[in-house]
Amino acid sequence: MSEMIREDGRKYNELRPIKIEAGVLERADGSAYLEVGGNKILVAVYGPRESYIRRLLEPNTGVIRCRYNMAPFSVDDRKRPGPDRRSSEISKITADALRPALMLENYPRSMVDIYIEVIEAEGGTRCAGITAASVALVDAGIPMKDIVVGCAAGKVNDEVVLDLSEVEDKEGQADVPIAIMPRTGEITLLQSDGDLTEEEFQKAIDLAMEGCMKVSELQKEALMKKYSTE
Amino acid sequence: MIYVEDKNLVIPGQILADDDYYPGRGTFKEDGKICSSLIGLVSLRNKKIRVIPLKSKYVPKKGDVVIGKINDVRFSMWDVDINSPYSGILPAFEVFGRDKKELNKVYDVGDVLFLRVIDVDEVKKAKLGLKGRGLGKFKGGIIVDISPTKVPRLIGKKGSMINMIKNKTNCKIVVGQNGLVWVKGDEDMEQLTREIIHTIEVEAHTSGLTNKIKNKLCLAIDGELPVEETEEEFVLEKPKLQNFKEELEQEEREKAEAEAQIQAENEEIQEAEVEEESADADGEAEAEEEKEAEDKPNFYEVIEELKKKNQTKKDKNLSYSDNSKNNSFILNNR
Repeated sequence: MSEMIREDGRKYNELRPIKIEAGVLERADGSAYLEVGGNKILVAVYGPRESYIRRLLEPNTGVIRCRYNMAPFSVDDRKRPGPDRRSSEISKITADALRPALMLENYPRSMVDIYIEVIEAEGGTRCAGITAASVALVDAGIPMKDIVVGCAAGKVNDEVVLDLSEVEDKEGQADVPIAIMPRTGEITLLQSDGDLTEEEFQKAIDLAMEGCMKVSELQKEALMKKYSTE
Repeated sequence: MIYVEDKNLVIPGQILADDDYYPGRGTFKEDGKICSSLIGLVSLRNKKIRVIPLKSKYVPKKGDVVIGKINDVRFSMWDVDINSPYSGILPAFEVFGRDKKELNKVYDVGDVLFLRVIDVDEVKKAKLGLKGRGLGKFKGGIIVDISPTKVPRLIGKKGSMINMIKNKTNCKIVVGQNGLVWVKGDEDMEQLTREIIHTIEVEAHTSGLTNKIKNKLCLAIDGELPVEETEEEFVLEKPKLQNFKEELEQEEREKAEAEAQIQAENEEIQEAEVEEESADADGEAEAEEEKEAEDKPNFYEVIEELKKKNQTKKDKNLSYSDNSKNNSFILNNR
């Protein structure tokens, strides 16, 4: 059963090919570019910086603000530009997923802005966005406890599989995106969409954790590659 | 137990050592392990682990000298942008004393000033002042910005890097600790200096940088590489011929000096500044000032103190490698 080959030729626990690059933008304080399968995502980080939106600032710590945005040409049908319900939700959960890793106590009254731009989308953009955003945060030199990484698992054709593609996401029975801090294994994001039994859910989380660990290595590699002297 | 070596590149969340080491800046302790919180280079001394960040934002600190730009003129103070998440304020009192004058006639929006941070409150608001030698408004010139963590590298050991650039380009250069650099000279030279400073920023974590910059400067200004090899160059080039061990020793030595440099950095900037500004004011004072600066044994004292503090094998090695290098230099010159 678990030896089944998926629609795009992957095994049940196989990730799509991933490419991560850190520090791709000149003007931003930190940036990252990520490709996973057909997804192309660009993230820019600014800050910690002064903000004039005083009501958002905290006197004892820094705050983060996140904007997830899909380009109009990122999907098959043109996506109507501007924020919508879906992107507002993803903006919020991304900020919440990244926040526990950040150590902004030394930057009170300041704000870190994260801009996630989806240039092309092919399923799993929220996890890819989190993965890329944390690389960009590291690149910006922001103190962090760990590099957060996101990955999804789901159920397709009654089989729990890793890293759903767009087709699998649409035709599948369930989608469980998670984000973790790989050193401690703490979960910072957990969503579940669709029907799963208790065992299947547990299996999906285990599988997604495993996927996260693999992606985490690629994140570290990308950062090391950018800054090692050789 | 330690898992990394000195000068290694580390990333956030990477485990650096167990409980028997002390966590310094850029690290944190969790479950008896010391982890890095930044992307940067490890600095290991006396069982204390620090991570020197590759990039950072300037957080105002009392006593720093910074370059700031007037952002706004208010009733009794100026708002100053100091290239930081926190804006600085320059109270009119600091400039006029008890006199009452119109603020925008003295400094207007867009003016660039060299200031001292006289106080930072608990929410990091920086109060700035102009009391001190060399502090005041810049006339003309360009501003180059670099990461504040790269400032020590731009200044170099005992100011070697910055003085070399000054001499070669004939520019006046002032470095603020917030990562802003003011450059004034010929237009071509200003541009060249800007390029050079950016090169230093990008390659700050590579070794033998002073030499590389020197060659680049000579090539751009004189149109040729320096013909005569100076002693300094020779020492830096030598490890290529030697075995790996000596290379390591060389690195150790560079590091110890760099550490001393960071300590001396404050005074360094000030003194460099005093030279510069006095040149602006009157030429006569300049020579005296320079002499004074040379006579001051600050940097040597700091280095000596540091060496005494860490009477370890490392330091013995250092002095040893020093000697061997000088000897072979003499030998080779024959």
